[in-house]
Amino acid sequence: MAGTAVLGRLTWQPAELVEAIDETSRARTLVFDVAEWMQHRAGQHLDVRLTAEDGYRAERSYSIASAPGEPLAITVERLDDGEVSPYLVDELRPGDRIELRGPVGGYFVWEPDRGGPIFLAAGGSGVVPLMSMARTRALEGADVPARLLYSARTLDEVIYREELERLATEQPELDVVYTLTRGQPEGWTGYARRVDGELLAETAWPAHESPLAYVCGPTSFVEAVAEGLVGLGYPPERVKTERFGATGGR
Amino acid sequence: MEYVDGNAMAGTLGELFGVEMTIAVGVCAACGNTGEVAALHVYNRAPGAVLRCPTCESVLMRVVRGPDRTWLDLSGLRTLQIPV
Amino acid sequence: MSFVSRGFRGRRRDDADADARTPPGQYLTDDFPVLSAGPTPHTPLDRWSFEIRGAGEPKVWTWDEFRALPTEKPTVDIHCVTRWSKLDTEWEGVSVDTLLAEAGEDAPFVVAFCDGGYTTNLALEDVTDGKAWVAFAFDGEPLDPEHGGPARLLVPHLYFWKSAKWVRGLQLRDDDEPGFWETNGYHNHGDPWQEQRYWGD
Repeated sequence: MAGTAVLGRLTWQPAELVEAIDETSRARTLVFDVAEWMQHRAGQHLDVRLTAEDGYRAERSYSIASAPGEPLAITVERLDDGEVSPYLVDELRPGDRIELRGPVGGYFVWEPDRGGPIFLAAGGSGVVPLMSMARTRALEGADVPARLLYSARTLDEVIYREELERLATEQPELDVVYTLTRGQPEGWTGYARRVDGELLAETAWPAHESPLAYVCGPTSFVEAVAEGLVGLGYPPERVKTERFGATGGR
Repeated sequence: MEYVDGNAMAGTLGELFGVEMTIAVGVCAACGNTGEVAALHVYNRAPGAVLRCPTCESVLMRVVRGPDRTWLDLSGLRTLQIPV
Repeated sequence: MSFVSRGFRGRRRDDADADARTPPGQYLTDDFPVLSAGPTPHTPLDRWSFEIRGAGEPKVWTWDEFRALPTEKPTVDIHCVTRWSKLDTEWEGVSVDTLLAEAGEDAPFVVAFCDGGYTTNLALEDVTDGKAWVAFAFDGEPLDPEHGGPARLLVPHLYFWKSAKWVRGLQLRDDDEPGFWETNGYHNHGDPWQEQRYWGD
């Protein structure tokens, strides 16, 4: 499977929402049933297309949250001025159908046979593809040492918090570190600022361990972290990046 | 204007080429920078998508999707190496 | 063959009485979406100039010279090929008629050229007789760099990709030279009322 670049029939196909799970007040996981879906790899995404009654269309890309083999799921965060995300988070109901295209993205992919240690850096909803990697690792590659650095505005906006805590507890080789940039709960002793060089030096694997890094989030976050990791000695080709737009959507 | 990266074009280019394109390696005709399509700077809040060299910002690719045709300009790339 | 996603409307407004002012296939918005093909240029005003290049010596204005020209305050509807339309937008700018008169040149076609390399082509009749401005203010404020400031071309009777942001001049030509989007699928003329979006429309 690794290295296969030829795609199956990649075109729009209908998908039915089978389940919706509220993750936070702004984010919802959507589980879809798609008749012909090629199994994805952790880190890949899919494109969503919505068509209104008058034919008006909008397309967006969303990272796949589920691990390969699990029911296909994406997690969408509502952008206040968004056109598609408010519909997906607030309106779409089980039984409704949308169109999907994918899975796509051969660059931002992790599979257990790529080894590690892995350093996953998430800016806001950039955690979604990294969660797919963490879930894949839990299912198939739990001996790969992994650290997730998750930058969120507040603890309430952290997606998958309970599951991450459970995985970190159950798996000694997985560490999860948060930095809360806008507000912290009382008694918070963790990081409380935007990721900078010092924070990375304290949380990322040292370069001599030959880690693989995956950085996902808004463009400004990704560039700051990628630059920081290269500054710590990570070879650029071992730092994979995926940038959203400034507001978090793609 | 903020950009995203070539990952955002995975679906569009994948559908056009029939192969995974984010791992394709391009050479910028203007400055010679060599890198994966995934690393290109993508401006897609526009009438079409514009993919630019991350080093010199030259236009490497333009993609316009009409209702029944897609227009693709690759003239900013000296070459594109596509794994198959 | 596609289907409809129940309840999806996008950002569109419902506005029945504005229909007459909305070209086919467009929807109305109260926003002012920012679209761009590249990074926002930031030319300092003391290095900015506007040129009309024709057969003779180019006519060049510095920012101060440009701002000393007579201005107009057009209120116009604008229509983007990506389907949004915005009504009653208020601008301030120098009419292209004024600039051409000062340059004393004409030619059947123009190409607008801009910081960042963007170009768009227009017939002379699409930028004369009160149809076009070089605009430096929007909604009473200096034009934001995101929206093309310090100055952009404003040609509201055509799709808004022709209203080139960060414009630095007009090249007068005897022949038509398709610009950035016109060479890659977009219609050479771009009349929203005839829905001239793509080649062959």
